[in-house]
Amino acid sequence: MSFSVSSEIINDVARFVLSGELDAGSAGMFKAEIEKVAAQGPKRLVLMVKDLAFMASAGLRVLIFAKQKLGTEVPIYIVSPQEPIVDTLQKTGFHHSVHIVPEYGDES
Amino acid sequence: MPEQMLDQRIDYYPTHEYQGFQFRPGRPIPFGATLVPNGVNFSIFSSAATSCTLVLFEKRASKPVVEIPFPEEFRIGNVYCMIVFDLDVENIEYGYRMGGPWDPIAGHRFDKTKILCDPYAKAIGGRDVWLQPPDWNNLYQYRARLAFEDFDWEEDRHPEIPIEDLVIYEMHVRSFTRHPSSGVKYPGTFAAIREKIPYLKELGVNGLELMPIFEFDEWENNRQHPETGELLVNYWGYSTLGFFAPKGGYAATGKYGMQVDELKTLIKDLHKNGIEVILDVVFNHTAEGDHRGHTISFRGVDNKTYYMLTPDGYYFNFSGCGNTLNCNHPVVRNVVLDCLRYWASEYHLDGFRFDLASILGRDPMGYPLSNPPLLETLAHDPILARCKLIAEAWDAGGLYQVGSFPAYGRWAEWNGKYRDTIRKFLKSEPGQVGELSYRIQGSPDLYEHRGPTASINFVTCHDGFTLYDLFSYNDKHNEANGENNNDGANDNNSWNGGWEGETDDPGINSLRRRQIKNALTILLISQGVPMIFAGDEAGRTQNGNNNAYCHDTEMNWFDWSLLERNADLFRYAKRFIHFRHAHPALRNRYHFQHRDYVGSGYPDISFHGTQAWNCDWSFDSRVFAFLLCGKHAKQGSVEDDFIYGGINMHWDALHFQPPYLPEGMKWHIFSNTGMPAPEDVHEIGREPILAEQNNILVGPRSIIVLVGR
Repeated sequence: MSFSVSSEIINDVARFVLSGELDAGSAGMFKAEIEKVAAQGPKRLVLMVKDLAFMASAGLRVLIFAKQKLGTEVPIYIVSPQEPIVDTLQKTGFHHSVHIVPEYGDES
Repeated sequence: MPEQMLDQRIDYYPTHEYQGFQFRPGRPIPFGATLVPNGVNFSIFSSAATSCTLVLFEKRASKPVVEIPFPEEFRIGNVYCMIVFDLDVENIEYGYRMGGPWDPIAGHRFDKTKILCDPYAKAIGGRDVWLQPPDWNNLYQYRARLAFEDFDWEEDRHPEIPIEDLVIYEMHVRSFTRHPSSGVKYPGTFAAIREKIPYLKELGVNGLELMPIFEFDEWENNRQHPETGELLVNYWGYSTLGFFAPKGGYAATGKYGMQVDELKTLIKDLHKNGIEVILDVVFNHTAEGDHRGHTISFRGVDNKTYYMLTPDGYYFNFSGCGNTLNCNHPVVRNVVLDCLRYWASEYHLDGFRFDLASILGRDPMGYPLSNPPLLETLAHDPILARCKLIAEAWDAGGLYQVGSFPAYGRWAEWNGKYRDTIRKFLKSEPGQVGELSYRIQGSPDLYEHRGPTASINFVTCHDGFTLYDLFSYNDKHNEANGENNNDGANDNNSWNGGWEGETDDPGINSLRRRQIKNALTILLISQGVPMIFAGDEAGRTQNGNNNAYCHDTEMNWFDWSLLERNADLFRYAKRFIHFRHAHPALRNRYHFQHRDYVGSGYPDISFHGTQAWNCDWSFDSRVFAFLLCGKHAKQGSVEDDFIYGGINMHWDALHFQPPYLPEGMKWHIFSNTGMPAPEDVHEIGREPILAEQNNILVGPRSIIVLVGR
């Protein structure tokens, strides 16, 4: 399944929509998108991942990259992840560093 | 000039090309595969190779994508190094082919048909999922991978718990949670240990010693038991494939190649909970075996450097496992040092326990060195400066150095003499009182100038009987190992209490429980550093097997339902561990002086028998008591209660007279193994007052611990 990512920033909240499989081959695309957004100094990252089927270590590395690049004061929300994604985040402990939520509204 | 070149550093610009892969001369240091801008620096040492080829694979592929010979000008000294650009670093595996002489008598075993794993590989693929059958036809079984050093440690730091305050818990990663009763999401993994941190906290241990987690092959020497058909494997893992790589099969994420992250997450969470992590490291031998073994890495890279060889080119076998790493060769010494520095800095490890550490003090011909450079180097290394260094101070070649291991003021030892003495005394062997008095003091006879913290005290460990079996079996029962019960130690100093193995006899079962509590009591009131083998706190059994190295079965797995069935043992163990933490008098850094140097009217420690101030040192004595004056705790720097231990290993109940306390103080009963639960151990601070202050009946083969305040 091919990977796609899009992003927009509204009111300092960077919202990404990810779908497909985030693996070594596609991580570069995600990282480039993160870098593009990071340059605009968002206050919050929201990853809509309902349609993301798989995340390999390369994908996790991009999340780590995002956290370290933006700093701990910029929270990262992972919205509506599928079970395998939650598994990966939990097994590597990254779930402590992000907010996993079932849905995300503008008021969140 | 192309525009993109303008912003590239010239020293990271490719100068060569081979089959579409671009590369340039590399940097010799650091060894291994290291990420550099736009590429990977590959560096490997060999003193006698005549050529070297870098072999690159896509992950798990059976055939390489390219084999790039190192141009001769890429060799600096004896190091081949090159930077290869534009690699998909998440998706590559790499190895080497080394050219050179095949001349075993001269020590050389080069073989260009083999693809060799990098001795500095930070991750190794090929055994990603525990016991998943490997493809034996794959020409590259143990596949070097890159690891990334971008883990988010946040505010993590080493707890730096003073060693005298540690209670070490020795654990096999898989055994701890593999049993279905563990109730964890990912049984048998690093992630599962994380789920059990609340249990470790409740128990009270603050030092987790993990049995080997360097990558090994559980399939090594696998076989079927000739009678039962059980698959026997290399379960314990004392057979290293790569010193820098964590065991993929111990990670729930091993199949995704994320074992590095999972292990680091575990360590980070343990630190957050005030628990240190100590690794059991195996530097005495490797998985390549003797001259009949496989060529995996070191043998093909530089056999003569990495191994101790006999004059005719065979392998010295001081490890009992076929070969012996040549640890005091300067190059190998640096490998060990690089390795430990890597684990201490990159994984935030807090200490290391060295398997068969006496080998590390032998010269390349196997002779013990009086001043072994490796041990000295480790002791004084600035990066390892706050790591605990613990030696298993013997080897399989007969070198026994308990009490004499070259310590350089830093090394502690697994105190095998402690284990033996406590076991003998507990089974009521005569002639032990004198030695017991040394052992409970932190063995000043062995560690006069090193202090009690040189002594890692234990009654059981992975090697030998479990604590339950120690009091249930006179003899080992290793038939399940398929070696006709010839393997495993014969000098166990165990005692079954009157029946070999399981029994319905309530008297024997009661005695066994008491003995387990007796052992825990002595261990936890001794000066030195106590170590408990995981599961002993709940009465885990291996059915008399004292060498369970090959069983991935319930024989090794911790059955968590024992916590209910043996609730009294668990309760006793955890209360006693917390008792130790609560009483600094039990955790002195320096030896007792046997005198009163704070003006309390009592010496720091005094010895007694059934009568106060009158210890029976005779050969036939099975009684020993001691008093710790709380005003001397930590050399008088803190104040503690008085603590009295009365040990009766006689088969009859005896009246003990605890010494009188200073006026206004009273004896309280913390524990009495002669009593059934819940009267066997009391809550700290709520211990009942002893009815007759200088008289207590101590049951047969029982121990009392009193606190005076």
